[in-house]
Amino acid sequence: MNSPPHFICTPFSLMACQGLASGETLKSLKAESETLRKKLEEERKKLHDVELEKVAEKAEALGELNMKTRRTLKGHGNKVLCMDWCKDKRRIVSSSQDGKVIVWDAFTTNKEHAVTMPTTWVMACAYAPSGCAIACGGLDNKCSVYPLSLDKDENLAAKKKSVAMHTNYLSGCTFTNSDMQILTSSGDGTSALWDVESGQLLQSFHGHSADVLTLDLAPSETGNTFVSGGSDKKANVWDLRSGQNVQSFDTHDSDINCVKYYPSGDAFASASDDSTCRLFDLRADREVSIYSKDSIMFGAASVDFSLSGRLLFAGYNDYTINVWDVLKGTRVAILFGHENRVSSLRVSPDGTAFCSGSWDNTLRVRQEGRGVGRELKQGGTTLYG
Amino acid sequence: NQQNMTSNSNVSNMRRLVEQLKLEASLERIKVSQAAAELQQYCHQNAAKDALLVGVPAGSNPFREPRSCNLF
Repeated sequence: MNSPPHFICTPFSLMACQGLASGETLKSLKAESETLRKKLEEERKKLHDVELEKVAEKAEALGELNMKTRRTLKGHGNKVLCMDWCKDKRRIVSSSQDGKVIVWDAFTTNKEHAVTMPTTWVMACAYAPSGCAIACGGLDNKCSVYPLSLDKDENLAAKKKSVAMHTNYLSGCTFTNSDMQILTSSGDGTSALWDVESGQLLQSFHGHSADVLTLDLAPSETGNTFVSGGSDKKANVWDLRSGQNVQSFDTHDSDINCVKYYPSGDAFASASDDSTCRLFDLRADREVSIYSKDSIMFGAASVDFSLSGRLLFAGYNDYTINVWDVLKGTRVAILFGHENRVSSLRVSPDGTAFCSGSWDNTLRVRQEGRGVGRELKQGGTTLYG
Repeated sequence: NQQNMTSNSNVSNMRRLVEQLKLEASLERIKVSQAAAELQQYCHQNAAKDALLVGVPAGSNPFREPRSCNLF
């Protein structure tokens, strides 16, 4: 009598049994994935009827920019790795390699709070929407929340709350639309959504095949998604509620260090070690612009848009900040001043200023120096200190 | 046996990939010309309020006011 063949009953082999029963094999699945990939490429190509730069030829040319440094924040003893603005448009939180996290009043340059983390390389920090707390983390693999008290003598570390736990370094963190939830990205290849009060993991996001280096939440008007970028050269868009990876872009040639949504939420920009920044439109589902020059040979670390989305500020490992015309794809200014890599860059909540953090241990707050009402003129690239 | 386990996990990984690609392929897309026009329109509609583009209105810029004197 023939006895049935033995199978090792694991969940995988059970699934495989089911698959095999319906005619699927590894080979047929591979073929199906190839067909789908080709179909995706074709669909995207069909809709690529014009370049963004061509459409933007009709746009008004930008006048010469006159960016001025208004404040230099000195006080970190080591590389500034990350910074974030408070919604009040005046306070800034910054974190550094030596474990220090500082809250500044950017108007006065006073340090309002300082915390020493029990870890070096605090790669991520964020201000809570209420302005009453900050979140930070790095090589400790955690994201911790510190409530800020009005009493400057109070020991912030005493009230510290550990919220997120990853299995590798924390690369990014942001509060969602309230102080109650935090979204984190990690060197462990995942992103995650956490409840601040309980520390509970609400949702995790799997799909990157290497470190996740950056994330950005979509503007609240556009719904519940976020974009992440990684060492796998991919930028992925995720549904916050379902955990689903809804869109993926893989045109960069190296690590993506930073991603930021366009203010309307319909697109996002990326900064990469391949020395380019790119613009991806979410509804066209493709890269629509690349901001690069042969003379720019160092990695781009951080990007942010001006309020209208017309300007893209990008900080590089060659110590400069390049300002790009988002529509026309041209560079409109190079900003000097930092004496080491620009690691972090953010426009203020009302768009009146932007702040850059650097490995030179300082932060700089800059504004456009022209008065309002001056006519826009034709301009080329301008160099400013 | 080991080989069986590996090939079984490969099948489930592949299946996951196929499902992911099906999801991405089913996305409704618009033409780049339309997307570009809308990006441009957003820029245009908001340009006047963009202080990094046009400058900060005089008299309402706290970064230009003299800093408070710190005696300590």
